Amino acid sequence: MEEFQPVIVAFCCHYCAYTAADMAGSKRLHYPANVKIIRVPCTGKVSALHMMEALRKGADGVYVAGCLEGDCHFRTGNTRATKRVAYVKKLLDEIGIGGERVEMYAMSAGMGEVFARTASEFTEKIRRLGPNPARVGRDNPGCATAACS
Amino acid sequence: MKTESTLEKILVSGQLAVTSECGPPRGALPEKVKEKAEMLRGCVDAVNVTDNQTAMVRMSSLSACILIKQMGLNPLLQMVTRDRNRLAMQSEILGAYSHGIDNMLCLSGDHPRFGDHPAAAAVHDIDSVQAVDMVRQMRDEGLFQGGQKIDGPPKMFIGAAANPFADPFELRVARLAKKVKAGVDFIQTQCIYNVDKFEKWMEGVRDRGLDEKVYILAGITPMKSAGMAKYMKNKVPGMDVPDEVVKRIAGVAKENQAEEGMKMCLETIERLRNVKGVAGFHIMAIEWEHKVREIVERAGLLPRPVF
Amino acid sequence: MITAERKPIEDLINSVSSYRRILLLGCNECVTVCSAGGRKEVALLSSALQMHFMKEGHPFEIKEITLERQCDPEYVEELVPYIDQADAVLSMACGCGVQEVARRFKEKMVLPAVNTKFMGASERQGVWAERCAGCGDCVLGSTGGVCPIARCSKQLLNGPCGGSGKGKCEVDSDIDCAWQLIWDRLKALGMTEKYEENIPAKDWRTGRGAGPRKIVREDLAS
Repeated sequence: MEEFQPVIVAFCCHYCAYTAADMAGSKRLHYPANVKIIRVPCTGKVSALHMMEALRKGADGVYVAGCLEGDCHFRTGNTRATKRVAYVKKLLDEIGIGGERVEMYAMSAGMGEVFARTASEFTEKIRRLGPNPARVGRDNPGCATAACS
Repeated sequence: MKTESTLEKILVSGQLAVTSECGPPRGALPEKVKEKAEMLRGCVDAVNVTDNQTAMVRMSSLSACILIKQMGLNPLLQMVTRDRNRLAMQSEILGAYSHGIDNMLCLSGDHPRFGDHPAAAAVHDIDSVQAVDMVRQMRDEGLFQGGQKIDGPPKMFIGAAANPFADPFELRVARLAKKVKAGVDFIQTQCIYNVDKFEKWMEGVRDRGLDEKVYILAGITPMKSAGMAKYMKNKVPGMDVPDEVVKRIAGVAKENQAEEGMKMCLETIERLRNVKGVAGFHIMAIEWEHKVREIVERAGLLPRPVF
Repeated sequence: MITAERKPIEDLINSVSSYRRILLLGCNECVTVCSAGGRKEVALLSSALQMHFMKEGHPFEIKEITLERQCDPEYVEELVPYIDQADAVLSMACGCGVQEVARRFKEKMVLPAVNTKFMGASERQGVWAERCAGCGDCVLGSTGGVCPIARCSKQLLNGPCGGSGKGKCEVDSDIDCAWQLIWDRLKALGMTEKYEENIPAKDWRTGRGAGPRKIVREDLAS
């Protein structure tokens, strides 16, 4: 069977993680093409709904990458995002999708290696978890998730 | 005299009064009430019967009072506003008085959160100050709280509690003044371990002349052990147990701690009996009722006056 | 405002699982302000429920509508074109909104998605606390602007009880002792003598004591 290629959505802060991704690119560091980056002005802009909708519309994993603690350009955007990720994790557990499909990461603009490593590790984690059960259910209506996956 | 109460007679005579308490059983066994009450015969002037104390269901205060009355002792009906609205309270007061129970204590009661029915709704139709006012109106004006005339008003000797150790301290004399204004006859205080603070409170009470208007019975609870002292210090809301008290009882060998606690309680009584405005003692020997006689005797408060 | 809190997801899943088409209703008033049932919460709950039922392979459609006010008939009327396309309504409004929708659409199942909690104020971002018990006869003028009925655990009108310690209530150290707050306010106002005025037993008829209440403004009533 072909290796499962998860779809990963990464919400990356313009001031840190997004720049780190750039740096990873210019350093020719390898990271999986599964990761679709969405640039946001601050991780504080990422709401619970953004993460949920990404999953509902077919992503297998979502992560938010913001500035290091205390380094948010808008002071507290990253700590707010951290709390929202925790909230979404709980919600995903409650609806049976699994909270481990979302994660919060912190890095600075210069951490190209960290960006690449995070992208690889998260992709691997989601690959191990398998496809988003909501997507599986949608594509195979009328049958229970466990039996179809 | 406002009532026929023996407790009132003793207080009016100027002698130090002694009361103690009997917690009704968690079951329908009258013998348990009688056993506890029997230990108090001849050594106290009235026996407080607690009302679902610590918000745990127990035999009703009224029925235990009746059992105690039938034994020829003098019960004191405790009533919390937590469990009854004003209708239920008044009907119970009429019932109590019809059985010759003529002392009562008006309390708000521990919150259900602390008891065995935390899901229960607390009533609190009226509060303890309003309860005092209601009982006084029933007695002195012969009127129900709702304003209608009572055919045969209950003549209750009315008590309330005071906790000199709760916060804000500066309000504690004022709160007593509110109860006095409502018509309270006597006060039983929270257990006193911080005697200095109690004396400070009494000073405030005297400054306002409240000691002339209400009989204050100082609350005494002997410590059985260092464990109990620590528990009272840390776990019981509204309790003030100074470090020295815990240190002193913890400083003696375990087998001597009960006697040390006894000594401490006698010293407290000795010190407080000389405080102007202290009209007697309310001895709450929690699950240690058999020690009450010894305390009263060693404190030189026996024999009890007879009226 | 009236505050509310979303019911546990598990309960909501159970309550709608026998339906296929759900009309998920928000309200733009109090529940929006307390982040329990406004447009955003509707969208989030919708997303969560859809994902859950997708996973189960259970066909499930949600129509999201957030009304300006769910407790007003004029706004509820806006649902007319949509109501027949839903098997049931799941309302994120307070109990008043749920009931108004149920009253208007007698043959439609209307389920509550939130637990309506209390009349309160926002203490800080994300924290709301009870302030008013709706007793119908306001005493705030004599209690320094702090309500003993809503904020004292024993609703003592002549507090504090003996369980007040360091400004906190014996019931929970997270609860401020209302009577400590009252006393502090009376001191700040230079009105400490007010404390010793005994507040008489309350007439609860203005509250829930005389059954469900109604306000009629003759000058406005149609």
